[in-house]
Amino acid sequence: MPTESRLSRIFASRRVLVAYLCVGDPSLDESLELARACVRAGADVLELGVPFSDPAADGPVIARAGARALARGGGLSATLRVASALRTESDVPLVLFGYYNPIYVRGEARAVDEAADAGIDAFLVVDLPLEEAGTLRRLAANRGLTVVPLLAPTSSPQRIEAVRLAHAEVPMDFVYYVSVTGITGAAGVQAADAGTKARTLREALGLPVVVGFGIDSQEKARAAGQQADGVVVGTALVRAIEEGQSAADRVERVSSLIALLRQGLDGT
Amino acid sequence: MLPPRVSPSGTFGPFGGRYVAETLVPALDELTSAFHTIVFSEVFQTELRELLASYVGRPTPLTRAHRFARWLDPEAHFLHRLYLKREDLCHTGAHKINNALGQALLAKKMGKTRIIAETGAGQHGVATATACALFDLPCFVYMGAEDIRRQAPNVGRMKLLGAQVIPVTSGSSTLKDAMNEALRDWVTNVRTTHYCIGSTAGPHPYPELVATLQSVIGEEARAQCLALGSLPDAVVACVGGGSNAMGIFRAFLDDPSVALYGVEAAGDGVASGHHAATLTAGRIGVLHGSKSYVLCDDGGQIQEAHSISAGLDYPGVGPEHAWLKDSGRAHYLNATDNEALVVLDKLGKTEGILAALETAHAYARLRDIARDLAEQRGHPVTLLVSHSGRGDKDLETLLTRLLPLLPEPTRAY
Repeated sequence: MPTESRLSRIFASRRVLVAYLCVGDPSLDESLELARACVRAGADVLELGVPFSDPAADGPVIARAGARALARGGGLSATLRVASALRTESDVPLVLFGYYNPIYVRGEARAVDEAADAGIDAFLVVDLPLEEAGTLRRLAANRGLTVVPLLAPTSSPQRIEAVRLAHAEVPMDFVYYVSVTGITGAAGVQAADAGTKARTLREALGLPVVVGFGIDSQEKARAAGQQADGVVVGTALVRAIEEGQSAADRVERVSSLIALLRQGLDGT
Repeated sequence: MLPPRVSPSGTFGPFGGRYVAETLVPALDELTSAFHTIVFSEVFQTELRELLASYVGRPTPLTRAHRFARWLDPEAHFLHRLYLKREDLCHTGAHKINNALGQALLAKKMGKTRIIAETGAGQHGVATATACALFDLPCFVYMGAEDIRRQAPNVGRMKLLGAQVIPVTSGSSTLKDAMNEALRDWVTNVRTTHYCIGSTAGPHPYPELVATLQSVIGEEARAQCLALGSLPDAVVACVGGGSNAMGIFRAFLDDPSVALYGVEAAGDGVASGHHAATLTAGRIGVLHGSKSYVLCDDGGQIQEAHSISAGLDYPGVGPEHAWLKDSGRAHYLNATDNEALVVLDKLGKTEGILAALETAHAYARLRDIARDLAEQRGHPVTLLVSHSGRGDKDLETLLTRLLPLLPEPTRAY
């Protein structure tokens, strides 16, 4: 199963550019347009962010986007509707990205079924560490989905080993390495160091590793991408949407940022 | 100090756990290990006991409330005696100092060089600022902008004690948002910083750590009751996150004859939807790192709580309370803003004790509790209330909100 997945195919083919969108910001219809624009401009994987009322792991940019999205009807159901629409027209891997409470309240089994039906490939739940994720991982595996673990600069060798063992038990597609101790959009990321760390993790785990948090420029994408399997752009993309003056302007800004990062990654 | 009640994996029955960003997991492991090796050590216990005695003013007294008891039940048909455990007489004016002092001492021994805290009513913020001044630790307190407005005296106190108060304007600008912001700070500065959580909420080991440090309330009160002749029929405490309640409940958990009652904030009334009665009207969910009851909608989005009392204005509750509710060991009631105000006024005029708005919620259900329990037991009952804090911080709210509720002749303040 894992070798056949959309995610593993893309990781086998090139350095992967993951684009995060907060679904519903500035509206559900526009999120669909912006997701299409990301794919056209060169994003390989989409993280569809489920807005949450209490985004304690996010910096101000994504937190503001979440508040706007909630005000426009965003949430788990709306995100899955956008995923379904994308899936009918594209084979791009989709990661459902968010906090645990919306999934827990929906019921994990039902959330997994609905996500699978909507064409989601993996879950990434920021406040669900490995120890608490066992049920979701098993339920997801039954429907051919995976749960993406996060590792951080503070993660001990024991925790890295725990991810390896969990992967041996229920396979994963890739690992998300948080490049800094901080919230999304953190400044001062040493992208090259994060890339080196990602390579060390890949060697220890036998899994692709992407670098996220603070990748906001072509230079950082290039520096991290030299050794990592991919990079994630989140806050910079959300900021571009926030700063856009019109729907067309937002598509334009998102497309050029993705194209820039694509070049950075491919230039390696 | 009582033995831990949490499971090794950090749960109370199905509640609790550790739902946090990966970056924080190692810090929680470190804190758990320090909690077990340091807090339960003889050296730490001796040092903390000495501070609680010479600095906080413990043991706090047990006060018998004669006149207020007779206001509740003039003929003593159902209420025999009423005792107040006077945490308002602690240094800084509430039980919060028991926990803040213990955590600051622990942080110092762990080599942490910076303390952060969230606060609602400001009592935990003041307690943390106090402990940090004593231990020479820089202190940063996150506080919702709305709470800064309604608890102005405590903001001033924190500043005078050398703490930085950081206003939080996201969400409802109250306690839950302050906690989100504190978590963001902690994840960014986790290597040097100790996050001093003020309630029995948050990820493991916080609910257990805070309950352990607060359990001095119940240990003292239990011994004081026994010295007066017998255990009470029931213990009553207000519940927001639940630290004063857990602090007094713990010592009585294994006394089957002692009923336990928590009183939540019902705001404008549970039916109005404007309340903070999480255990009464919430559902099981995950907020701020633990699984417990929460106020949230069908989509899992956390709802804003509403209470006149900033310290109870929280859409979550500690996981051990969730377990005590579901296991039937404790009962949870609620009281509205107006009920709390009226009883606060009466307590002041009959006993000369101005309670904090949080504390007043516990008093608002005493008559009902005593009546029910007396009927069950066939005799008038003795109640013990956790008098968790004093009302000085609430003067502005009291003078504006209470006055219109009072009959004309008594309005002459």
